[in-house]
Amino acid sequence: MSKAREAKAAKIRQLMETEGDAVNTGTSGFNQGRYESVQTLDDYDGLKSEARAVKEDAIERLPELIDELRETVEENGGTLYIADDAADANRYIREVCEDNDAERVVKSKSMTSEEIEVNEALEHAGTEVIETDLGEWVLQVADEAPSHIVAPAIHKSRDAIADLFNETFDPDEPLETAEELTMFAREQLGELIEDADVGMTGANFITADTGTIALVTSEGNARKTAVVPDTHVAVAGVEKLIPTVEDLQPFVELIGKSGTGQDITSYISLLTPPVESPTVDFDDPDTPITDAETDRDYHLVLIDNGRMAMRDDDQLRETLYCIRCSACSNVCANFQHVGGHAFGGETYSGGIGTGWEAGVEGLDSAAEFNDLCTGCSRCTTACPVEIDIPWINTVVRDRVNRGDVSEVDWLVEGLTPDEEPGGVSFQKRFFGNFETAAKVGSFFAPVSNWVAQSSVSRNLMERFLGIDARRELPAFQRETLVEWFDARGSRVQNPTRTAVLYPDVYTNHVQVERGKAAVRALEALDVEVVVPDVRSSGRAPLSQGMIATAEDHAHDVYAGLAEYIDAGHDIVVIEPSDLAMFRGEYEKFLPEQSFERIADSSYEVMEYVFGLLENGADADALSVVDGDEVAYHSHCQQRTLGLEGYTEAVLSDLGFDVATSDVECCGMAGSFGYKSEYYELSMDVGSELKSQFQTDDTRDRTVVASGTSCLEQLDSLLSRPTQHPVQLVAPSR
Amino acid sequence: MSTGTVATFEDSLERLEVGWTHTSSDELGDVLREVCDDPAVGVPLPSDAPLPEWVNTNPTPADLREANAGVTAAGIGIADYGSVVVQGTPDGVEPVSLFCDRHVAVLQQSDIVPGMPEAFEWLGEEFRTGHSSAIIATGPSATADMGALVKGAHGPKDVHVVILDE
Repeated sequence: MSKAREAKAAKIRQLMETEGDAVNTGTSGFNQGRYESVQTLDDYDGLKSEARAVKEDAIERLPELIDELRETVEENGGTLYIADDAADANRYIREVCEDNDAERVVKSKSMTSEEIEVNEALEHAGTEVIETDLGEWVLQVADEAPSHIVAPAIHKSRDAIADLFNETFDPDEPLETAEELTMFAREQLGELIEDADVGMTGANFITADTGTIALVTSEGNARKTAVVPDTHVAVAGVEKLIPTVEDLQPFVELIGKSGTGQDITSYISLLTPPVESPTVDFDDPDTPITDAETDRDYHLVLIDNGRMAMRDDDQLRETLYCIRCSACSNVCANFQHVGGHAFGGETYSGGIGTGWEAGVEGLDSAAEFNDLCTGCSRCTTACPVEIDIPWINTVVRDRVNRGDVSEVDWLVEGLTPDEEPGGVSFQKRFFGNFETAAKVGSFFAPVSNWVAQSSVSRNLMERFLGIDARRELPAFQRETLVEWFDARGSRVQNPTRTAVLYPDVYTNHVQVERGKAAVRALEALDVEVVVPDVRSSGRAPLSQGMIATAEDHAHDVYAGLAEYIDAGHDIVVIEPSDLAMFRGEYEKFLPEQSFERIADSSYEVMEYVFGLLENGADADALSVVDGDEVAYHSHCQQRTLGLEGYTEAVLSDLGFDVATSDVECCGMAGSFGYKSEYYELSMDVGSELKSQFQTDDTRDRTVVASGTSCLEQLDSLLSRPTQHPVQLVAPSR
Repeated sequence: MSTGTVATFEDSLERLEVGWTHTSSDELGDVLREVCDDPAVGVPLPSDAPLPEWVNTNPTPADLREANAGVTAAGIGIADYGSVVVQGTPDGVEPVSLFCDRHVAVLQQSDIVPGMPEAFEWLGEEFRTGHSSAIIATGPSATADMGALVKGAHGPKDVHVVILDE
């Protein structure tokens, strides 16, 4: 393994050991809470679309909204400052503190303030800064960085926090329970807040019409931070601006549910500073609060720091819709196992973190963790503002690839069958051009498989391609599905419909048996099947960030299928990740009408079987059983498309007893689990699926899975054979 | 406002483990006696219902620090969520509702709205007509940052809602 890969593997291994359990407990709990909490909404999808529309409109009209906000803030008696970058913001805030002779600033939690590193700037100037959010305070005491954008100390267990407090503060009685730790922190921080000179908050949202900031919190520290000192500095990115107070409603309903799985956080503070509430001056403890003179000072510091450039960037703009709820972190299988210290950059972590880091810090910071997004797409339906987070990760990967041109690349570029310039690593290029490898592999099979499996080859592959030697390689079949079908021909007498069985690269070259089973199943239901030689979908290059190559595939695939679609035939797809291309990413590659035609004509194979049975096809033509027990793992992208239910329904209708896994991803995710730097993480993620299929109820069940990667991963995890569900239901001849 | 809205509000409070009591203006004092531990601080209610004498309505910072209960009005209640909206007025509703261990929110039954859309209709109007702050408060303050959910972080550990029926 190369040194860089070994170092990355070692870092991930270390974080999995030290922080993985705490992060997994926390994020999995939030994620489960989200599923339960959003069910309380009458129209969850409608609310998400509403929130999305508000953000789209606000970012579109941002300059105009900033002008409006300036007027309202000044009318309210506050000051608006637009800071170009971190240094500019810090200088302004430092001056506000100096003007107020501030000795201590108390802060509520704000990622934007982390981004500009205002604490360091103020401390450098001699002002004490206290984080009052309990999680942030733990990190301040421990001198550690946040590992999660909402629960910053999620990587620290209760025991670790107790040890930290007992060592640092040496309390009379050692602290142990969460209750004791919380009450201790409440007391300590309460006193620090009482004497503070300046309160600094973030802002989750800012309304242009009234200059109101919304703070989404549960502890009450933001309320105290805003009400106790007479000077309030609010720091936020310019993208937090929305037009009106009423526009807050969908966000208030979505943010807690999406993030920590709470229906709503304890407090949504809606403040139009300077607020009318009296200050609470603990230096003058005996004057009634309403008798004391209140002269409040308010500064709203809006930070650009790359955001206006993101607004002009057609690919990164969506990032600005992000409301920092953390749903994309919590739902992400990789994040659940490593947390933000691996899956994060300078400031931001998790799926959307790549977009933020690319926009505010630069590509280098984004490149550090961008590969941890496998494109599984589970975050896309979790995101309350419908951001296509995997796409942002893909775009950033593409830019990282293109930005990293070394001397030998011009040579590589000339030799590779893709559309990419130099800079793409050998590893990414290999996986991105998997179709080429598969063609060669099948042509020379079985010799190619013997050679590939030899220790010499595995050693070379590990050194030059970063393919982990512990991973079993797919075995290429000599006869492809297309060749088999050409020789065999169609065998339906009186077909009711005609379907193209799309020969995805894995079905065509590796898992040919599931392709044959699909042909038999469809023919048994009186569907005439054709299996034309069509190019691979482009999923493989796309997942490596090779967008131009993926687009090239899309054009060829559409050209290869267009006539069949024009003839009214259906396109049946076995591999869910390819169907997800047809229904998803192709929208970015094809003319709108072409995209709609291929998306609307395509079906996942079990979805198609379900449709045939619903429309009167005879189920007895398939394998009908009597309660045979099956353990089913749906594919991540298949679940995002909402299709796993069809497989379950077909299997149940045919008499199978189905137990379905509920992990977000198997951990393999295409090429990810093959890469030597990620192999151990991939297996760690897979261990959850493994344990779900080894319970008393599931351990003897027949294992079926919809995706190629999932099947490969299950083969590594379990000693039982695996197969695609269509192989269970297809007649044997 | 229908009885359905009040029932939904009560269900939400139940889920949050927030206690509530229905009463009239005349019997408010008795109810407060039951739900407040001494010392109690408070802010006079905008309705004509008077607070009992033992509620200190002119608290100092030291009183806030010592108080066990803080009694304030709530502008509206939000049935779907069991939230009360606490307005940051010059008479100190915000600190009184924030610093004590128990916040007692007094709400007119007719001010309970069904959900967030209605709440924001009301809030939009409030903010545009000059009110400067409001807290949508749902249950007590809480944190999970210390390894398990704990009620009572920086703010109240407990909330009680008194619903004034007309």
